[in-house]
Amino acid sequence: MPRSNLVADSLARVGAGTIKGVTQALLNFGRFWVFSGYAASFIPLEMTSARGWRRFLPQCFQIGTRSAPVVMLTGMFIGMVLIVQGWAQFDAANMADRLGAIVIISLCQELGPVLAGVMLAGRAGGALTAELGTMNVTEQLLALRSMGADPIRYLVTPRFVACVVLTPLLTAYADLMGTLGAWGVYVLVFQGQSEPFWYNARQTVEMWDLNSGLFKSIFFGAAIGLVSCYKGFHCKPGAEGVGQACTQSFVTSFILILMLDLFLGFLLNGVYSAWFGFRSLV
Amino acid sequence: METDHPVIELRRVSKSFGRQRVLDDIDLQVERGKNTVIIGRSGTGKSVLLKHIVGLLRPDRGEVYFEGQRVDRLHERAWVPIRRQISFVFQLNALFDSMTVLENVAFPMTENTTGRIDREKIRHLAAKCLELVGLTGFEKKRPAELSGGEKKRVALARAIAMDPPPKVVLYDEPTAGLDPQRSDGINKLIRQMQHDFNVTGVVVTHDMRSTAEVGDRVLVLWNGHFVADGTAQEVLQAQEPHVRRFVQGIAEPGDVVTFTA
Repeated sequence: MPRSNLVADSLARVGAGTIKGVTQALLNFGRFWVFSGYAASFIPLEMTSARGWRRFLPQCFQIGTRSAPVVMLTGMFIGMVLIVQGWAQFDAANMADRLGAIVIISLCQELGPVLAGVMLAGRAGGALTAELGTMNVTEQLLALRSMGADPIRYLVTPRFVACVVLTPLLTAYADLMGTLGAWGVYVLVFQGQSEPFWYNARQTVEMWDLNSGLFKSIFFGAAIGLVSCYKGFHCKPGAEGVGQACTQSFVTSFILILMLDLFLGFLLNGVYSAWFGFRSLV
Repeated sequence: METDHPVIELRRVSKSFGRQRVLDDIDLQVERGKNTVIIGRSGTGKSVLLKHIVGLLRPDRGEVYFEGQRVDRLHERAWVPIRRQISFVFQLNALFDSMTVLENVAFPMTENTTGRIDREKIRHLAAKCLELVGLTGFEKKRPAELSGGEKKRVALARAIAMDPPPKVVLYDEPTAGLDPQRSDGINKLIRQMQHDFNVTGVVVTHDMRSTAEVGDRVLVLWNGHFVADGTAQEVLQAQEPHVRRFVQGIAEPGDVVTFTA
C-alpha cells in the first residue's frame, strides 16, 4: 500500500475512533442526567411514606454509621500531620500560636469535606456499586421490574438521599477529629500552649468556614450516591464487569469531588468577598 | 374476567442486538390455562421472547398483547398493573440476597399492595406459598444458605405469591442445573400451579424430560423463527432435521470442530 494511503487510512481510523468515543461519552453523560433526574423525582414520595423510610434508614446505617470510624480516623490524622508539616515554618516566624487556626480553617473548608468525600467514595460508594452491580448481573433488577417495583425508586433514591444527608454529617465528624488531632500534636508533641491555640482558633475561624465545607459536602455526597448507583446499574456482565464498575465508580466520584471542590470554591469565595470583603488570616 | 382473546399474543415481533437478529417476525398465541413450552438451542432468543411478554424488553418491530391489550408501547409505570398479573421465574432465580426467604416470597404482595399493608396477612400467605413448595421452616434463611433446588423452589413460591394468584407464570429454564430428581419435583410444581390456580404457563427450557412432563403445547425456536409447533409428543417425534437433532441431543454438522495435526 502506498505511504499516502496508509497515512490517510490511519488518520481516518483515528478520526472515526475519536468521533465514536466522544459520541459515546456524550450519550453516557445524557443517560447519567436522565438517571439522576429520575432518581431525584422520587424523593418527595419516598420521604413521605413509611415504606420509603424503611428503605432509607438501613442505608443510613450502611453509608453513615459504617463509614464513620474510617472518616474520623482520616480526619484525625490529617489534622495531626498538618501541624507536623507547619510547625517549623510557623515557629520560625514566631507565629506558632496561629498554626492551629490555619489548620482548622484548612480542615473545615477543604481537607475535611474532600477527604471525607474521597473516603466515602471508596468505602460506601464502592460497596453501593458492587451491591447494585451484582443485583444487575444476577437479574435482581429485572426481577424488581417484573414485580412492578421501580428499581430506581426502590434502590437508588434511598441510597442517594442517604449519601446527601450523611456526607455533611461525616464531614463534621472529620472536622472535629482533625481539630482534636491537631490540638493533640500541637500540645503533646510540640509542647505548644493550649490556650493560645483555642483563643486564636476562636478569633480566626468563622462559622462561614465550617458551613462552606459542609455545603460543599452536600454536593460531594450527591455525586458519590448518583455515580455509584449509575455505575452499578450499568455494569457489564460477570464478575469482571462488576469489578470494573467499582473502579470506574471510585475514579469518577474522586474526579467529580475535586472538580466540584474547585467550582464551589470559586463560587463560595466570590460570595464571601461580596458579603464580607477581604479577610486576613495572619 | 375471562375473554376470547389469547392471554398472550405476539404479532410479527422482531428483535436484534447489534447486528444479530434474535427474533425474526415471530407470531405466538398462548392459550389460557395451558402450559406452552418453548425449546431451542442456547442463544436462540427464548429468554428474550419471555422478556418481551412482561415488558422487560421492547420489540424493534411487531406487537405484543396481554389479554387483548397492546402492551409493547406502554410506559414503564403503565406496566405495573399488568405485571401484577404475570410472574417471572428467572433462570438465576433472582432472589434478593439482602432479604430472608419469607421476605423474598412476600415481596410481590408487599410491593403491590396499595394503601395500608396487612403484614400479618401477607406473612401468612407467604408462609402458605412456602408450604406449597415444601419449604416450611426455611422462612428465616437467606438465599445464600440454600441449595440450587431450594432456591428454585423459593423462586416458584415467589411467583405464585400474589393475591389473587397470577394469571400467567413465565418460567425461564426452571430445571437448569438441577439433578433429575429435583427437576422432577419442579416439573410437578409447575403442573400443580396450573391445576390449583389455573395458571397459564410459558416455559423456556432445554430439558426434554421437562418438556414432555409439563408441555401442553411445544414450540421449537430456531434462528429467530418457530420451526415446529405441536403437542409434546408430536414435537419430540418430529422429523424436521433441526428439531430431530435438537430433541435427540445431536450436534449440528457445523457445530463439530475437528482438530487436524
